[in-house]
Amino acid sequence: MSLAQPIIEARGLHKSFGDKIVLDGIDLEIETGETLIILGASGSGKSTLLRCLIGLEEPDEGQVIVAGTDLFRAKRQELARLRQSMGVAFQAGALFTSMTVGENIDLPLEELTDLPKSTRQLIVRIKLALVGLEGTADLYPSELSGGMRKRVAFARAMALDPHILFADEPSAGLDPITSAGLDQLLIRLREVFDVTLIVVTHELESAFAVGERIALIDRGRILAIGTPDEVKASTNDVVRRFLDRETEIAAEHGERYRQWITGQ
Amino acid sequence: MLTRILTWSGSSVLTVLHDAGRLWQVASTALVRTIMVPLRGGRLRVNATASQVIAAGNNSLALVALISLLIGMILALQTAYQLRQLGVTSLVADLVAISMTRELAPLITAILVAGRVGSAITAELGTMKISQEIDALTVMGIDPISLVVVPRIISLVVAVPALTVFSGLLGILGGCGVGVFILGLGAQGYLTDSISALVQQDVWGGVIKALVFGLIIGAVSCQQGLDTEGGADEVGRSTTRAVVRSIVLIIAADLFVTALLYLRGQT
Repeated sequence: MSLAQPIIEARGLHKSFGDKIVLDGIDLEIETGETLIILGASGSGKSTLLRCLIGLEEPDEGQVIVAGTDLFRAKRQELARLRQSMGVAFQAGALFTSMTVGENIDLPLEELTDLPKSTRQLIVRIKLALVGLEGTADLYPSELSGGMRKRVAFARAMALDPHILFADEPSAGLDPITSAGLDQLLIRLREVFDVTLIVVTHELESAFAVGERIALIDRGRILAIGTPDEVKASTNDVVRRFLDRETEIAAEHGERYRQWITGQ
Repeated sequence: MLTRILTWSGSSVLTVLHDAGRLWQVASTALVRTIMVPLRGGRLRVNATASQVIAAGNNSLALVALISLLIGMILALQTAYQLRQLGVTSLVADLVAISMTRELAPLITAILVAGRVGSAITAELGTMKISQEIDALTVMGIDPISLVVVPRIISLVVAVPALTVFSGLLGILGGCGVGVFILGLGAQGYLTDSISALVQQDVWGGVIKALVFGLIIGAVSCQQGLDTEGGADEVGRSTTRAVVRSIVLIIAADLFVTALLYLRGQT
């Protein structure tokens, strides 16, 4: 793991939706070239944290600094430049359904570069080969399986050769074999392109297979952060419950669960 | 009870103000992008805009033709009913031509386009929003307003006036059909009367209204689509809201433009 300058810094992030506190003071530094897994259960705040890190959700308090620039205070052109250095593969792919696979990958190239069409087509073929989907450029997203759609999403996210790649729940909803294949793909992308990789997941197996560092988040706070071995060795109760797959309600709040289920 | 009424009315006012603010934000940003992007040497997206214009026109052409023809016929019969009592049935042509051109063609066209094209735009953008396609554009550094909203608004600003002219012609033809087959007027005389009844301001007035209506449908439909949150049921709600709000704003704008044209005609 490289110990270069942090490429992303989150400082004191707070975010609430109505009365619900989703992020409750997140401080996080992500170093250039590392692979960080943001691990947490559903509703832990990990997806909101991701949306803050990629500039889609402005925190109520705090800053997100990417490559030395405050993401939410950057000027439009500065932000556009920053965004081009970040690739995001969304949970369900977020592919444009009216476009073919090839057109999806070509879109950022067409919109944001002056490359001629022949070069762009070559890049599209290279990116598709990279994710193991040669020959699918003319298919529509609806003709692909869930795993294939996620691979196309990675190919599109890598279209402009970003320095930072975000992956939102890459293995969610997939069978174990496809899921393991995507983990391998992430490791390959990191090795080939030397990108900083940030993966949001709730899958323990995936997290420990891919991660160099893991940040475990619960109720909007980072409970543990460190190498997989350090996290595994954590003595924090909530971390242990998560790692041992014990449900919180059953383990700690049996009485509350009974009240909720009986309505008394 | 009183607290509940006050809370409900307060939150309704806040919602309307919030939506009005968002509508203004989407419309003004789209306008600035439309003007500034070509000036800064940015991409014009002529093909995307042209295909949207063709789609908007094609989707509404047959419906606008049918409804305009029928409205022209109804209008001729209604005016003939009144004018017959005064013994001036020959004025039917003038009244149908002026009513269609100044008022009914832009209004009918806009309402039909809001239902047919505006709803489709909201549903499309709403689905793109909930499936994170809009987010994907944003994080790629591609401005969704420039890529998705501007071509759609331009397409409606072009298609609605074009369809309005078409609607006016069909309305006059419908009136002519009634004039010839029911009222016993000569076809050539009817059409000559229709053309001579119209002054330039009638035609321009109708086209200006249609431009404004196109802008309203485009801005409202796109704003509602982009502001969709949640799931499939919200796409349905946004679509309904887009059509209802478009129609309300079209009629309000119609009154405003008609009043302006009336006052301008007086001076």
